[in-house]
Amino acid sequence: MTGWIDTIIQGVLLGGLYALFAAGLSLIFGIMRLVNLGHGDLIVLAAFVILVLTKGLGVNVFVGLALAVPIMFALGYALQRFVLNRTLGRDILPPLLVTFGLSIIIENALLEVFSADSQRLDAGPLETASVALGGDIAVGVMPLLTLVSAVAVILALNFLFYATPLGRAFRATSDDPPTAELMGIDNRHIFSVAMGIALVVTAIAALYLGVRANFDPTIGPARLIYAFEAVIIGGLGSLWGTLAGGIIIGVAQTVGAHINPEWQILAGHVAFLIVLVLRPRGLFPRAVD
Amino acid sequence: MALLETRALTAFYGDFQALFGIDTRLEAGETVAIIGANAAGKSTYLKAIAGLAVGEAESVWLDGEAIGALPPAAIMRRGIALVPEGRRLFPSLTVAENLMIGRYGRAAPGPWSLDAVYALFPKLTAMRHRPSTTLSGGEQQMVAIGRALMSNPRVLLCDEISLGLAPIVIRDIYAALPRIKDGGTSVILVEQDIVQALKVADRVYCFQEGRVSLSGAPAGLTRDQIHAAYFGA
Repeated sequence: MTGWIDTIIQGVLLGGLYALFAAGLSLIFGIMRLVNLGHGDLIVLAAFVILVLTKGLGVNVFVGLALAVPIMFALGYALQRFVLNRTLGRDILPPLLVTFGLSIIIENALLEVFSADSQRLDAGPLETASVALGGDIAVGVMPLLTLVSAVAVILALNFLFYATPLGRAFRATSDDPPTAELMGIDNRHIFSVAMGIALVVTAIAALYLGVRANFDPTIGPARLIYAFEAVIIGGLGSLWGTLAGGIIIGVAQTVGAHINPEWQILAGHVAFLIVLVLRPRGLFPRAVD
Repeated sequence: MALLETRALTAFYGDFQALFGIDTRLEAGETVAIIGANAAGKSTYLKAIAGLAVGEAESVWLDGEAIGALPPAAIMRRGIALVPEGRRLFPSLTVAENLMIGRYGRAAPGPWSLDAVYALFPKLTAMRHRPSTTLSGGEQQMVAIGRALMSNPRVLLCDEISLGLAPIVIRDIYAALPRIKDGGTSVILVEQDIVQALKVADRVYCFQEGRVSLSGAPAGLTRDQIHAAYFGA
């Protein structure tokens, strides 16, 4: 019995990581209907940015993250302003093709610079620290921090969306771009800020990705799939739904692994398919589309 | 110098020419009505001023500045607010949020604020936290006008604000116009309801097939003149 409870708790914590992968994707889709196929590779890129900063400056990974945040924001802003804004329009194919190309470019550029060697981020003694929950169950501090960060990110994004003028501008632009322009909103700028924020979330996700396990330049697309599944399970454009989606995949994976270690990845995908069959629009679809 | 002026304004939809050299003037504090039959180019004229149609810089002037080639957001920031045809409220924003977004690009000092808009349209006060989609057409039109006023514009452009509304609702909305004028905002009104338009306007331009067919103060125009300018002799 304790084994199962432990499995589910570990799954929920793993779900925090998937929710962090997915939050940036969800944000971008919600605001500009852009499906970013390069999202997974941008997570890996952010992990390398943190790696270079921590190794180069000899600082703690969390300091590395703090330094990576403005870099990733600027990168996201520029990427949207100078590349992706040009692909937005009535046709959904150009952004798909361009972000698919972006994914390949990032992966190969990282391979060129860092080779295919596995890397990891070093969080020091925190990595092995744990908290006893009573019974025979203990949870690692890093997985716990991952989930706490995921919840904090979703809370912060919700606050931004529903309690600030910038958030109103995001929602207005998402509803009706030409009318938003009539309110004095510069859509290209708003989209660029949104992508900057999405890549800041990506950097947070990258920290936990890199501390949890090894990474190399080729793992981006698999992260993209988990992120996609979390977004779709939750319902497109719903941030809390994205958190729920991440947790569902996380729990399905650990439960699958508990039954048979070979089933871990498969169980996550099966859970996704089951939700898709039962609730094609996700668990928390937006009322307005 | 006029506050807002169009000089030989033209507009195209692809190969189709909708406006053929429109010259109009709006003085500070004035209310001007643009009347005319369907497809006379009235809405296109407002869209061209608001920057929604690409045009020549020299064809629209605000206070001595050529603004004809600016994007809509830049024109709004200079003080021209459009109440678009069909209202176009933001469905995922509440009534209050729809009003507040009206001053996103420009928050000039002036008489208009959330409280002033609620005082102008008291009905909206109780609905402020409701999604804008749950309002009736007339209430939505009030929000759309309020939203445009929130930036304290120098010029308010109203596109068919009576379209599809019951006469009693139209009367409520038109009752607000004198108070908007008293606040110092100049107004251009595009309207199919000629009676309403002539009642509130200082001057009228009648459009016919993309050209100005008649202009003048309502008092100086006869029914026959308007009839001829409207439908063509």
